[in-house]
Amino acid sequence: MLTKLPSDLFGGALYILQKYGPLFWAGTKTTLLIALTGTIIGLFIGLGVGILRSLPESSMDNKFKTFLIRLVKLVSGIYVEVFRGTPMMVQAMFLFYALRPVFHWTKLVAGMFVVSVNTGAYMAEIVRAGIQSLDKGQNEAARSIGMNNFQTMRHVVLPQAIRNAFPAIGNEFVVNIKDTSVLNVIGVTELYFQTTSVAGITYRVQDTFLVSAIIYLILTYSTTTILKIIERKMNMPVQSGPSSTSTAFLVFGNKREER
Amino acid sequence: MNIIEIEHLSKRFDKLEVLKDISLTIREGEVVSLIGASGSGKSTLLRCVNLLEVYDQGTIRFEGQDIRGNIKGINAYRTHVGMIFQSFNLFNHMSVLENCTIGQTQVLKRPKDEAVKLALSFLTKVGMESFADAPVTKLSGGQKQRVAIARALCMEPRVLLFDEPTSALDPEMVGEVLQVIRSLADEGRTMIIVTHEMDFAKEVSDRVVFMDQGVIVEEGDPALLFTSPTVQRTKDFLSRYLR
Repeated sequence: MLTKLPSDLFGGALYILQKYGPLFWAGTKTTLLIALTGTIIGLFIGLGVGILRSLPESSMDNKFKTFLIRLVKLVSGIYVEVFRGTPMMVQAMFLFYALRPVFHWTKLVAGMFVVSVNTGAYMAEIVRAGIQSLDKGQNEAARSIGMNNFQTMRHVVLPQAIRNAFPAIGNEFVVNIKDTSVLNVIGVTELYFQTTSVAGITYRVQDTFLVSAIIYLILTYSTTTILKIIERKMNMPVQSGPSSTSTAFLVFGNKREER
Repeated sequence: MNIIEIEHLSKRFDKLEVLKDISLTIREGEVVSLIGASGSGKSTLLRCVNLLEVYDQGTIRFEGQDIRGNIKGINAYRTHVGMIFQSFNLFNHMSVLENCTIGQTQVLKRPKDEAVKLALSFLTKVGMESFADAPVTKLSGGQKQRVAIARALCMEPRVLLFDEPTSALDPEMVGEVLQVIRSLADEGRTMIIVTHEMDFAKEVSDRVVFMDQGVIVEEGDPALLFTSPTVQRTKDFLSRYLR
């Protein structure tokens, strides 16, 4: 191990990584923890809000039900617009201090909360787009065999909508890995916060942030790669693996066609 | 016995009046074909029967009961009228068998093994039993439509509604689907068929209804209606189809 900080950029970066590795590692773990929980909780918020935002209005409903549906759509619409229309950094500052007297939360929990509600707003739009992009014949077919709203959503619409929206959902996770960096404004000790601390000790801003950039890149690139693999698996048709039925299908499929 | 009674039905999409004071009665066991040019309102009429379209005026009675009388009962009512769509509308994320069992297990609350047994029997009827585990996305149009028919049959409906069942098919696949529909007609099932296949309508129907611009122009025995229509509009329409 080197004992003195080299003067060149890459040498300096390597030295800093070796010497302050534990600090970077701690920051990386926090970043991943917040990004992961924020994305998962955000997905559930997004599912709920996205479904509410695509509730059908029927002229057969009574006035109260119609009113209720419109109210829910209005409120969820405001949520989505506010959280997509303001910077997460501003949301973090505002929510952390505004809600601290209520929740008495730690910075880490506040950070997770902010990323969750912010992601929820984006996920809501992703889910809503996924639902609306589905051919309306799917919905009609479900209705025509007697399924109610809930059954149609649960068994027909959502499985297909989520599958179609999976790339966008995964992308939110990648975005969150990077965007958790703004939580440094409320003092969450994620990767960016740790990087500034190290830079403060070493007085070598470029070298330190080169280390940070490489860590971020490794995180996002490996996540993207994993998501691509999952995507490829999901796009494979149901039961297309080697099985007796799929073989029979291949053998007899064309013959039947010719009748 | 009358199974469906449609009385003074009217429906408009904004300014366009698509159904004007339609009255039509379907008897049990009867096969009725709705023919007419595109935009004549025949598909809309069919979709009103299972409430995929909401009509503005008039009533539809199923076995004597107003189908809109009880909002809660709409889903139960829909299980009695099976619908077959022009574009199949199979559930694309499921296998052939799952398409046929999901309604039975979720809506009718049948036990899984019973649902599978019934589904396989109907898949056999339409000649698709060997595809039970295949994903529906791999099927040809004709195969998809046969599965869609099996899916509708699995709910054991009292009436089958066909909305242009062969219009989205390549010509060489029309025959296999018509063959299945013909066999259902032979079983004495009650069916309403919206179709552009005039020869098929003539052969399979007990009664043919000709619609134009939202009204029923003429209805009657297929042999009579196709050979000697009494109204000029029917003559004009048929002359374009039967040369």
